[in-house]
Amino acid sequence: MALITDYLVQGCQMLLILLLAPLLTGWVRVIKARLLRRRGPPLLQPYRDLYKLLGKEVVLAESASWLFRVAPYLIFAAIWVATSLVPTFATGLAFNWTADLIAIVALLGSARFFLALAGLDVGTSFGGIGSSREMMIASLAEPAILMMVFTLSLLAGTTELSAVARFMLTAEVGLRVSLGLALLALMMVAIAENARVPVDNPATHLELTMVHEAMVLEYSGRHLALIELAASLKLLLYLSLLICIFAPWGMATAGAGLVAYLFGVAVYLAKLAFGGFLLALFETSIAKMRVFRVDEFLGAALMLGLLGALLLFVSRGL
Amino acid sequence: MTLPLLLILPMLLLAAGVYAVIIARSPACSRQMYGVALAVSTVALMAALAYLFSGQAPETLRLPIGLPWLGAHFRLDPLAAFFLIVVNLGSAVASLFALGYGQHEKAPERVLPFYPAFLAGMNLVLLADDAFSFLFAWEFMSLSSWALVMAHHQDPANVRAGYLYLVMACFGTLALLLAFGLLAGPDGGYNFDAIRTGRITPELAALVLILALIGAGSKAGLVPLHVWLPLAHPAAPSHVSALMSGVMTKVAVYGFIRIIFDLLGEPVAWWWGGIVLALGGITAVLGVLYALMQHDLKRLLAYHTVENIGIIFIGLGLALAFQGNQMYASAALALTAALFHVLNHSLFKSLLFLGTGAVLTATGERDMEQLGGLIHPMPYTALAFLMGAAAISALPPLNGFVSEWLTFQAILISPELPQWLLKFLAPAVGALLALSAALAAACFVKAFGITFLGRPRSPVAAQARETDRYSLTAMFILAGLCLLAGILPGLVVDGLGPVVGQINGGAQLTAQHSQPWLTLVPIVDVKSTYNGLLVLLFMAISGSIAALLIHRLASNRVRRGPAWDCGFPDASPATQYTAGSFAQPIRRVFGSVVFQARERVTMPPPGDLRPAKLEVRMRDPIWELGYAPIAAAVVAISTRFNYLQYLTIRRYLSLVFGALVLLLLGMALWR
Repeated sequence: MALITDYLVQGCQMLLILLLAPLLTGWVRVIKARLLRRRGPPLLQPYRDLYKLLGKEVVLAESASWLFRVAPYLIFAAIWVATSLVPTFATGLAFNWTADLIAIVALLGSARFFLALAGLDVGTSFGGIGSSREMMIASLAEPAILMMVFTLSLLAGTTELSAVARFMLTAEVGLRVSLGLALLALMMVAIAENARVPVDNPATHLELTMVHEAMVLEYSGRHLALIELAASLKLLLYLSLLICIFAPWGMATAGAGLVAYLFGVAVYLAKLAFGGFLLALFETSIAKMRVFRVDEFLGAALMLGLLGALLLFVSRGL
Repeated sequence: MTLPLLLILPMLLLAAGVYAVIIARSPACSRQMYGVALAVSTVALMAALAYLFSGQAPETLRLPIGLPWLGAHFRLDPLAAFFLIVVNLGSAVASLFALGYGQHEKAPERVLPFYPAFLAGMNLVLLADDAFSFLFAWEFMSLSSWALVMAHHQDPANVRAGYLYLVMACFGTLALLLAFGLLAGPDGGYNFDAIRTGRITPELAALVLILALIGAGSKAGLVPLHVWLPLAHPAAPSHVSALMSGVMTKVAVYGFIRIIFDLLGEPVAWWWGGIVLALGGITAVLGVLYALMQHDLKRLLAYHTVENIGIIFIGLGLALAFQGNQMYASAALALTAALFHVLNHSLFKSLLFLGTGAVLTATGERDMEQLGGLIHPMPYTALAFLMGAAAISALPPLNGFVSEWLTFQAILISPELPQWLLKFLAPAVGALLALSAALAAACFVKAFGITFLGRPRSPVAAQARETDRYSLTAMFILAGLCLLAGILPGLVVDGLGPVVGQINGGAQLTAQHSQPWLTLVPIVDVKSTYNGLLVLLFMAISGSIAALLIHRLASNRVRRGPAWDCGFPDASPATQYTAGSFAQPIRRVFGSVVFQARERVTMPPPGDLRPAKLEVRMRDPIWELGYAPIAAAVVAISTRFNYLQYLTIRRYLSLVFGALVLLLLGMALWR
């Protein structure tokens, strides 16, 4: 019986994140528009976009290969699986142990690998520019996030997210400099990885500074829908990661009753809304930077992560 | 009695090599020779597998050949058996590939006699149980592979590569010779058993470590001894490149492990681990950065070998650090990670080199800037190469990720080490490892994307044809093994158990096959777990559900049209991204520091019809700071003493006399 409940909760989480991801994207867009004193699109616009895209035919470039058609499914699958392994409203999900934080980061790396290849597949200059910059950004973002994993592992003694969340709920954590640095590093990486301002601009097209949008320029119809959904999921993943590690309060534990789960979901939604609000606030208050300033931005994230880990070596109390 | 069989097999190969000298020019020879190599390697592979998994005691054998007072000692133990598996798996697949690929060889008489000899040499190194046989087999392996590097000697670049290889190989063997001399001590017990029981002082042991690092490191490609590798590996025919890069470097790793972990025995100082760890980290990052700057597909792969050797040595360094502190359980994890990566690298690097060989057959070109769009004419080669590329980029659920994940887990337990230097070094090396993994992914997006995707950049790329069935079978065997090792890592870790136990004082990881769902649990399950099988299953299920639902419920219509490209698609393939432009951001971020990369744009003024020019200058710091001065010094000294070549007999005699007097005087004073 307990096993069935576990699987059920895991299944709920998979569906919940899939349904929630476009809402989060819409929410951030609405807040951004309001902060700019625009009315902005309706909250549910991303769902309508997806619905419309799914019904359209795919216009495939003549030089596109089978990889171009398979890649959206691979990217979507990798990101969906990665997101479902991050504890959102409850810890100790049935399949949490399938992949620890390092493996989740690597799964995102798989998705990025295929997206970058898809960008190169048609053989246009825009696709190439996007792929090449995306890989440059990733080459700094991935070590930065792994340094954060290092810090966490030193403190919590584990790289498994459920266990990390449980550890963070205990009283012995307290306020620590190293955790602050890790938080900062993870936020910077999250901004870069999700192609947000100041690293990239999700709302722009036809601009030489774009990265993510340049890679997916040739996609249309259902393929584009999958990639858009995957991008929304990735944003949700990073916010959930921040919540799970640095603000795990209110999470239900494994085997808790239905009420606890519902409470967990409510708290999670509130935290997501707040996180989305902060993201929108940050994005509207900062200007997009030049591409070759991104390495300084992410280099800083890497150094912060490394500093956080080194501080813990000096003293476990920091 | 596996050992006699494993000794007879290399002899068969040698006989085949001699036979090949006689019939090399006949057209059927290539098939026969590779067929024999395939059969022999397969038998050896099976024998080694059977030995390792049956858990028998080590077998030894003494043959009355070689030095009269020493004889030739051979021994089969789990460590040798594991590396025999790696070597013979690689050889079998490369031979299968060559059944097709070898048909295109223009000078078979320069390849066929040496190929089986090369395989035999590698096998004998692993079985040798005394210093003389070891060094003899080692040199045999070096020289036969040198002959293969020189197979296409009309190209001056290959001659230079061969020369550099020969110099570095001799230098490495010299270091190993001295290391064995120190190990054997003044009594000269060159038998490995005698060396194991003998004890040497810590200072001498440290010297042995340095010499082993130089000797084995120069063969494996440890920075800064890697310079020959990216020149020599690409110069050989592709199946030999696969063996040199994927397998021979592993024999070098074996040499290092055998000397340091087995022969030297216990007196391990903790700082040894620090040295090896730092060298490994630097090697990993520099290797991948060099690789990113290459446009030649084979050279790119060869530089990646340098990176992967770095990752292996990170694992070995951690193991030494743990052993130096008597933390054998942690050392077992680090060693398992390193050995797992040895196996993985031999699989995907061989696969990638074979794929490059297929591209080379189809187009005659290995410069990426001339390729492109090969996924259309060569879909199967592209798929196999893609799997290799994903595996080497450490993407789950393939095998490269598992060994890097294990290495990370080993780094994550390093805070338990008591020494401060190691405590600071370990996270820094962790950052280097993460950096090299991320850069490797960038590099293989470039390698695969520029070569196989996009539009053809030259007529040869447009007219390419899919390669033959032998080659495809060989590549897909390796691709399948990459996937299998990725989703069933627990079985590989269990197979490595006795090997790790042998060189780690009996400590090994707990058995993994009894874990639920075949999950990989290196330490305890609250710390970290990974299950490649489930990751693959989940991805397959969610991907197929998405595809099924969308095709059923939404649209499945497709229309082909010209590329969009923001409304300005250009028909010329020159408007695509090239290998150089793909690497440009990374060259600017990392290369400006490491290689002092400088870009100069010459833009003619308006009205001037000359084309604009972008020049990129890069310097190789290791060559310019390390090798060029040495070479210059050697040339300067030899020029200065050149006149000694033209003396009269009288002067030569007086020189000899003077030298004799000086020597006797020196001895008299020293006594």
